[in-house]
Amino acid sequence: MNGFFDLPSDLQHSYLGLVGLHLREALLPVLAGLLVALPIAQLCARFRWIYPPVLGLTTVLYSIPSLAFFVVLIDYFGQSETTVMIPLAVYSLVVLVPGIVDGVRSVPRETLAAAEAMGFGPLRRYLQVQLPIAAPAIIAGLRVAVVSSLSLVSVGMLIGNQGALGNMLYDANTYHRPALAVNSVLTTAVLGILADALLVLLRRLLTPWMPRKGATR
Amino acid sequence: MNVLDFAHSFFGDPAHWHGYDGIPTRLVEHITYSLEALLLAAVIALPVGLVTGHYGRGGNALALIATAGRALPSFGLLVLMFIWLGFGLVPVMIPLVVLAVPPILVTTYEAMRSVDPSPVDAARGMGMSEARVLFQVEVPVALPLILSGLRTAAIQIISTATIAAYVSLGGLGRYIIDGLYQRDYEKVVGGATLVAALALATLALFWAASRLAVSRGVRGSA
Repeated sequence: MNGFFDLPSDLQHSYLGLVGLHLREALLPVLAGLLVALPIAQLCARFRWIYPPVLGLTTVLYSIPSLAFFVVLIDYFGQSETTVMIPLAVYSLVVLVPGIVDGVRSVPRETLAAAEAMGFGPLRRYLQVQLPIAAPAIIAGLRVAVVSSLSLVSVGMLIGNQGALGNMLYDANTYHRPALAVNSVLTTAVLGILADALLVLLRRLLTPWMPRKGATR
Repeated sequence: MNVLDFAHSFFGDPAHWHGYDGIPTRLVEHITYSLEALLLAAVIALPVGLVTGHYGRGGNALALIATAGRALPSFGLLVLMFIWLGFGLVPVMIPLVVLAVPPILVTTYEAMRSVDPSPVDAARGMGMSEARVLFQVEVPVALPLILSGLRTAAIQIISTATIAAYVSLGGLGRYIIDGLYQRDYEKVVGGATLVAALALATLALFWAASRLAVSRGVRGSA
């Protein structure tokens, strides 16, 4: 294990630096996706006829391969972090919207009526009633989005070494140092599993009324 | 020049339509890799998902496996397997199967769990064996969801199979990777368009399959 975390100098980052870069490149897009997904999902829940076309469009967007998405964006943003982050944001959006719509819709009519009767305005009703009840569905979506985003960042290596931990793969191949590839794969997987566990923890904190046992996803 | 111009000149060039680097060859290669990976993943994940879903046990273990599978980066796994195992199809198949198993496994399990218990009880009451309950009652009802899991897996495989080109195999990723290195933007856009088109065709195929395979009673209620 000696020198397992020593990286070739052409990576221009320490191990922890790459981890930080990886987290930023993976998580910022998910955040952006969430911020866009919330209003879209609210629109879909309010006007039901929008939902099927939105669902169709998101399915089509999701089927665009990440590598194809990256290279097409090079024309507009160059070989930069932005080019990697935009497709990730779109994928997050696609994963999040159906989950949030189902979550918001699952709020019982009586609950909404009760909130209204208590004098809640639309915004307060949304923030204090609908969002908390939809929280498990939103977090279920976030778990998939965060984990797949973390694992997709590595592909960014192919467009001018923008893949954070993925950049170690190139060096592993070129200098024939398999340990670097092992390091990259394991670190990414551990980051994904940690992020997933944190989100599960967050769900438990946010929804203390939910049963603790027998939750499958 | 925008993306559409690039695509137009790529598909308009007759040199791209035949030979070992022609579109038909690359398309067939891509479809072969994808089908093999999907088949392998389905053979692993479908039985496990069906059985665990039928008995309603092991959901947490499945969720754990699925999370681990999703967390493993496909591209990293590909490079690692390439370094360890050398040139060949196996280093490509491993990441693709790891990628495709979680959605099939989780969706199949969820599909089986979401089957209405009353017809299942009725079937048991009629004296059906466990195998018949599984295949004649539960699977037909769960089929739409099971197919959606397979569809997700298929689409992820098709988009990810492009990276096989990075380890010197064929497929549509060849155009993207070669184009990237040769700074031949036409080629990159052409390859990307082809992969996206293949993914959309798969989407349509699964839609048609679910129209054909799902019984009318189930479709009506869903």
